[in-house]
Amino acid sequence: MRSLILQTATRFLVPLLLLFSFFLLLRGHNAPGGGFVGGLVAAAAFALHAIAEGVDPARRMLRVDPRLLIGLGLCLAFVSGLAPLFVGRNLLTGLWLSAGGNPSALGSPLLFDFGVYVVVLGVTLTIILTLAEE
Amino acid sequence: MAIAEAVLAGFGAAVAAPGVNRIARGFAGWVLALLPLSLTVYFASLIGRVTGGDPLRVTYPWVPSLGVHLSFYLDGLALLFALLICGVGALVVVYAGSYLAADPQRGRFFAFLLAFMASMLGLVLADNVITLFVFWELTSFASYLLIGFAHEQERARRAALQALLITGLGGIALLAGLLLLGEVTGSLEISAMVSKAADVQGSELYLPILLLVFTGTFAKSAQFPFHFWLPAAMEAPTPVSAYLHSATMVKAGVYLLARLSPALSGTGMWAVGLTACGAVTMLWGAFVAYHKRDLKQILAYSTVSALGTLVMLLGLGTPLAVQAAVVFLLAHALYKGALFLVAGAVDHETGVRDVEKLAGLRRMMPLTCVAACLATLSMAGLPPFFGFVAKELLYEAQLHAPAASGLMIGAGLLTNIFLVAVAGIVFLGPFFARAERTTNDFHESPLALWVGPLLLGGFGLLLGVLPEGFTALLASAAGAVRGHPVPMELGLWHGLNPVVLLSLFTLACGAVLYASRAPLRKALARADTVLSETPDRVYEAGLAAVNWFAVRQTRVLQSGYLRYYILTIVLAAVALPGYTLLARSGEGTFNFGPEPRTHELAVSAGILLAALAAVRSTSRLAAVASLGVVGFGVALLYVMFAAPDLAMTQFLVETITVIVLVLVFYHLPRFAILSTGRARVRDAVIALAAGALMTLLVLKATSVGAPRPVSAFYAENSLAAHGRNVVNVILVDFRALDTLGEITVLAVAGIGVYALLKLRSKAG
Repeated sequence: MRSLILQTATRFLVPLLLLFSFFLLLRGHNAPGGGFVGGLVAAAAFALHAIAEGVDPARRMLRVDPRLLIGLGLCLAFVSGLAPLFVGRNLLTGLWLSAGGNPSALGSPLLFDFGVYVVVLGVTLTIILTLAEE
Repeated sequence: MAIAEAVLAGFGAAVAAPGVNRIARGFAGWVLALLPLSLTVYFASLIGRVTGGDPLRVTYPWVPSLGVHLSFYLDGLALLFALLICGVGALVVVYAGSYLAADPQRGRFFAFLLAFMASMLGLVLADNVITLFVFWELTSFASYLLIGFAHEQERARRAALQALLITGLGGIALLAGLLLLGEVTGSLEISAMVSKAADVQGSELYLPILLLVFTGTFAKSAQFPFHFWLPAAMEAPTPVSAYLHSATMVKAGVYLLARLSPALSGTGMWAVGLTACGAVTMLWGAFVAYHKRDLKQILAYSTVSALGTLVMLLGLGTPLAVQAAVVFLLAHALYKGALFLVAGAVDHETGVRDVEKLAGLRRMMPLTCVAACLATLSMAGLPPFFGFVAKELLYEAQLHAPAASGLMIGAGLLTNIFLVAVAGIVFLGPFFARAERTTNDFHESPLALWVGPLLLGGFGLLLGVLPEGFTALLASAAGAVRGHPVPMELGLWHGLNPVVLLSLFTLACGAVLYASRAPLRKALARADTVLSETPDRVYEAGLAAVNWFAVRQTRVLQSGYLRYYILTIVLAAVALPGYTLLARSGEGTFNFGPEPRTHELAVSAGILLAALAAVRSTSRLAAVASLGVVGFGVALLYVMFAAPDLAMTQFLVETITVIVLVLVFYHLPRFAILSTGRARVRDAVIALAAGALMTLLVLKATSVGAPRPVSAFYAENSLAAHGRNVVNVILVDFRALDTLGEITVLAVAGIGVYALLKLRSKAG
């Protein structure tokens, strides 16, 4: 079933939702948001596209298999956790880049949160897209 | 180069082995043997330093707060083992290169073999018991892979699993024993434990420690009644049998007993336990070896016998017995390693392992014959071989045993008589018996197959003639077992004394036993079928019982119905905290907090009504919609109580749930089969109990428990962690390990859902 209204709305909504999901991810450390919520919003965006246009276009837009995202996200989180070991700190200690002496917002916890984002996106889409194909 | 790097190098070589195997092809064995060879040279270069009383020690902190370190310690005992492991290892790697030349999986084999070598090296060098245990388990694991190398054969797989299960169960007992020992001595470093014998033996934990350590070491070193996995492990390719199951791994249990001897020995329990078990194993192994027909089985049982001898000697614990143990250990490794390699070469060239069918190999395989000759003469304990020196010491130790000397010497005599006959059976028959066919079908094996046994056998002769060169190291090893220096003097001739007479008597009786082998062996083999197979049957029955139990409990716990899983989870969640709540009902007060505001009450009432509607509804759509109202109502409460992160997540989860439900709606069965009245009452009771428990917990939580709520710490330190949103800082920094665990669970669940859906669509 195709709905022109839904399709047109989706065309505008999906980029906005994706942007919003990144926004949530990035602001998470200082304001409500974070990787988990961001991942869910991004998943909702792709799910919306799948409902409006079909599963295959949604898969094409995603470009990678969502199952790959699960592994990738886990790897990102693990790597960000292992990184401190190489500078003699404990596992999962936060490492922050400092820009000219000022603390910055870039650090291993952000990478970790991005890993969470990718895992959540991957798991949710794996389930939704597989179900939609049934 | 330090000793820790020596261990690491072995693992590195294991990783590189498949690549080297591909590049070096026919020479892979020779190339890969360079590592064990250079390690041998390295360890040999340390002999002077270690025997001079200056052991090496290196420690890397691992979990310092628990006293767990990656620490290595090289004294005389460890050095003796390290030399054996690397020296025999080099020969076996060369041998395996030729033995498995045609095997496409040879690269993998080299990798397993070198990984085993590194693990074994780590085991004997380890000082910390946790380090030791890790390497101990690694040797079991490598042994599993090597025994099951021919994994297409069921027998090999079975033998591999059997060895793994038995040594693994022993390993668990051992871990418990070592930890108890650490508890009593206050240190996990063996070098510190051994100086606290009085603490250990005075402790009430001494008996449990002893029993656990015995179980672990007996399982590893194939002592009666755990011995049966070793002959079964002969399914492994012969280089493995030569290396793991005669020279090195099976001696790990003996090594650990020797290592812990200063702390544990000297009591009646230690002496009786070890001498009794060792003597039984020693006699039993020699007896079965005498009547077996398969060359490798004969050697395996004679190895069981030798391991029993070693355990018995450690149980005696006198200076003489300990000297005999280290000397016999070296002598046995040399001759038994050589004999296994000879057996492999014979098997490789002729394809026959039955000693009754092998004959006349002397002409066809002259060099192998020389190697076999050197090794068997040492095994039979003839002068001037090292085995003779060992046997003399053995008799002397038994003659001077503090108690039951007559019984010991009897058992020792009988064992050695059997072993003399066994030496004749494995050597004289196959190599010298007149062959019925005088064809020259078979020919000498390639260089790589005879150089190893020849060197090992030759070394046994050299040590017998000139034991002085090695005496310092052996004395140092014996000193490590005793806990204080042991003077040692080895020689072939000590004048005409009772020991020499015993030796002569042994040889004479052995010769008689060999001469009358034909009828005796048949009769014994027939008589022995029951007794030999009993331990294996017990093992089978045990395994079947475990499987039976697993099937039963799976049937009960894994019903396959989601509702029962949820029921179980909720029940467990109610029962356990509920019990604590009841048991400690006197503590704390119920804290109802401020008076609820009108709109909060309104939302709560809405949630309750929606929940009731969901339960009462007869249409699925209505139930789903009502549950949605519950979810959004809870999210509203989050908003009111200033938890924006939770609210946002809850909203999104509800949204995604709706999408998923829409997708599965048409696939669900009809909403027609409703639960019965009784089921509803049961579910209602459980649900109300869960709700009541949560309410009580929340009301009490603020007045019981932590004097200083952890939330204060988070709030204070969140800025130091570069974040103003405490919730997110907790998730990605303070408690990031939890989050890591959660996303791993999420990933596994996602993959599980995917697999279930795909399987279903495939089946449909």
